[in-house]
Amino acid sequence: MADIDITSLGKVFAGAPALQDITTRFEDGEFVALLGPSGCGKTTLLRLLAGFDMPSSGSIRIGARQVATATKMVPPEERNIGFVFQSYALWPHMSVRRNVSYPLEIRKLTKPEIAAQTDAALAATGLTDYADRMPSDLSGGQRQRVALARCLVSAPDAVLLDEPLANLDVALRASMQAVFTDFHKRTGATMVYVTHDQAEAMAMADRIAVMNQGLIQQFDTPQTLYERPKNRFVAEFVGRGTVVPVRAIEHNENQLHAHILGARIAVKSEAQSQVSHVCLRPENLTISETGDLRAKVARVTYLGGKYLLETVSSCGTRLLAETRAKFDVGAQLGLTITTPWAFSED
Amino acid sequence: MQSALQKGGSRSESRLLSAILILALCLTLAPVLRLFIEGVTDQGAPSLSLVKSVLAQGSTLNALKHSLITAGLGTLVSVVLGAAFAFLVALTDLRAKAALVFCLMIPMMIPPQITALSWTQIMGPSSVLLKTLGIAPPLGAPQPLYSPEGIIFLLGIQHMSIIFLTLRAGLRAIPQEVVEAARISGARGFRTWRQVVMPLTLPSLAAGTAITFVTALGNFGIPAMLGIPAGYVTLPTLVYQKLAGMGTTVLGEVSVLAMLIGAVAIVGILVQRFFQGRQKLHLVGSTSRPLAIPLGSARLPVEILLWAVVFVILVLPMFGLLATSLVPAYGVPLRLDTMTLASWGEVLFRQPVTTRSFANSFSLALGAAAVLMMICLPLAWLMERHPTPLSRLFDSLLDLPYALPGVVLSIAMILLLIKLPFTDATLYGTIWIIFLAYLARFFAVMFRPVQASLKQLDPAMAEAAQSVGAGLFQRLRDVILPLSAPAAAAGAILVFLTAFNELTVSALLWSSGTETLGVVIFNLDDSGETAMASALAMTIVFVVMALMTLIQLFSRRFPKGVVPWQT
Repeated sequence: MADIDITSLGKVFAGAPALQDITTRFEDGEFVALLGPSGCGKTTLLRLLAGFDMPSSGSIRIGARQVATATKMVPPEERNIGFVFQSYALWPHMSVRRNVSYPLEIRKLTKPEIAAQTDAALAATGLTDYADRMPSDLSGGQRQRVALARCLVSAPDAVLLDEPLANLDVALRASMQAVFTDFHKRTGATMVYVTHDQAEAMAMADRIAVMNQGLIQQFDTPQTLYERPKNRFVAEFVGRGTVVPVRAIEHNENQLHAHILGARIAVKSEAQSQVSHVCLRPENLTISETGDLRAKVARVTYLGGKYLLETVSSCGTRLLAETRAKFDVGAQLGLTITTPWAFSED
Repeated sequence: MQSALQKGGSRSESRLLSAILILALCLTLAPVLRLFIEGVTDQGAPSLSLVKSVLAQGSTLNALKHSLITAGLGTLVSVVLGAAFAFLVALTDLRAKAALVFCLMIPMMIPPQITALSWTQIMGPSSVLLKTLGIAPPLGAPQPLYSPEGIIFLLGIQHMSIIFLTLRAGLRAIPQEVVEAARISGARGFRTWRQVVMPLTLPSLAAGTAITFVTALGNFGIPAMLGIPAGYVTLPTLVYQKLAGMGTTVLGEVSVLAMLIGAVAIVGILVQRFFQGRQKLHLVGSTSRPLAIPLGSARLPVEILLWAVVFVILVLPMFGLLATSLVPAYGVPLRLDTMTLASWGEVLFRQPVTTRSFANSFSLALGAAAVLMMICLPLAWLMERHPTPLSRLFDSLLDLPYALPGVVLSIAMILLLIKLPFTDATLYGTIWIIFLAYLARFFAVMFRPVQASLKQLDPAMAEAAQSVGAGLFQRLRDVILPLSAPAAAAGAILVFLTAFNELTVSALLWSSGTETLGVVIFNLDDSGETAMASALAMTIVFVVMALMTLIQLFSRRFPKGVVPWQT
């Protein structure tokens, strides 16, 4: 169990910066997701935490121990962390039991201790019946559970997970998410989870760090990220929505009004003085004949129980709305906008 | 806790890499460098006078001419035979391809002196096989193989496998869709081959031709067995004759000759590299089903023809060898009443030289395989994980001792080890010089399969072990070694196989007591003990076939690119 402190961390690969000056803190026992598009630096950050790569600048502290600076670092094998790989990285020449017990062998525990702790880890991941199989005889989900058991067995200070569900099919992902959440609850380990799938991050993480171009764009709870994005990238990357520019702004009696798309709309914001953009999510839009603006339906997608309408407003902006009623492509409708989130983008 | 801090997480890995890399560099490239220095200095001072005087000798120019003629025309024979087989096997729906490929690999694995010996046993007036069949030419008729044509023909057969392998690998990289697209566009059989398949495979054909030329140029066994009796001297045999006749006094002179062979070979190697690079450019990312153009009614005749060729170049000479090994004295026809195992008993159990050479070759080959495995496994892994400028340079040069003619390496080894630095000791004349030469020569044979398998290994395998606390040696022992063991085993068997049969290097480095099998066969034949030479050669052929079968049986367990004839 340990918290993780990251100070001014940077990493340059062959002249190209992959991480730029990251300073943040993961609390003890927290489940943190690193979310971002490919190439955003999330895996680089994870590998620096694990010690597979050395930072170009800055430092990392895990618990009481400074583990990496630009000049010195503790090698991965001495960090007491767990790492779950996208490819599972099970050793194909070892049985499930040996894969799980190997970390204990390294730690030179006695045979009875190894057997007892291995059995406990196998039982906790529901693998007792598969203990003597070889990894090649297991399904994808079972392999991922072996990888999890292997990192659970040595009681690591922190568990790092690199897109562990990316190779699984959709149905299995949901059940494996439950396995990870249970694992986190039971062990209380600090977990850092890299993913490019926002649904996954939202479902499991206490806090999500949204990353882009080697920087953390916003680090907040899933609700805050969705409802109060700090900038255009986060607003567009997390959840569905359209970001539109603000033409003019009015302050009166604690209420903020913004002129967008030719209409005057009441908006919410953090920094009351400076807003430049508004994030319109489907739940901010309701269909009504007396709406703030007129739009034409361009595409209809059935989501099960409701429809997602892609509409084009009279000024040419694409807006997403959800309805229970079906509309035809080309239909004209009115849209009412209810208190969307406004933010300032440099 | 501060004591646990290290400078760089992989400091131990980098340190180990540097240590092994320096060892490997000394082993493989130092001799070549030493040879170069010898050629361009005279008693310590830079001088080209020795080079000039040796190059001005008539015998040098003559041997160079002979070398270029035999290697060049021999390569042509290889290209014709190897390319025909490669196109038919890779592109069409022939049956029993695996068996055909295996048989075509055997000529490459059988040492050249045995190839030469076996062919002389089915031709000429004293051929036991021909006498038995009653069709031998009259006594006094010349042995037709003791001629430049004989050398060219046998070099061609010996090295056709190289062309076959490189061309087949290139052909298999052509996706079926490319040919199907040509046929949809209306191109018919021969036209498709000429306008689509040929242009795509030309780089691999050119690369194969270049490396075949280099191999033929360095071949010692065939020109020695066939050329020396005919007085037809090539560069490698000239070096051998000079060194055997006058000993180390002519070391400077033979160094220049070795450099001459080396220079020609390096031109060939550069040509090969150039075309190999072009081949990669052509066919990036194409790995779908290989081609299988139906031959239709021509299939059976083609199959019969191909197997007939295999029979003639492979089985027939072996029959000749076997027949000779079973007669009591060379020249006696083989009949049920004359058949005897006397020669076999003599070479296997009674002759001290042959039993000693068995022990020598066996321990040299086994030792080379074991030591190379211990060096190559960690080295290949560390080079894969921590590419440095030095390791990349080494990667591009480590094939040199294997690709360069054996004569070049042998002379280089003598120069390097005849007087050990800081002492009066010498390794020349001991078995250790042969051993070190084998390590240098077969380094690539071991390294490349291991490297191929480690390239396919998920780096997360070792990282997973690292994340659960395994140190460098634990990772090597528990993860890297077991996972690359099949490739390392295949590499070790290949090293054993090639070292066990080796002649060129040991022919220049042996002395009384350190004879290898290759040397003994050569000497037995040279002194007229053809029956015994044949029996010994037959034994080696059996060992070779057994080891090749062993690799073949386990070939499914090896990663792609490990077994040389299954690219």
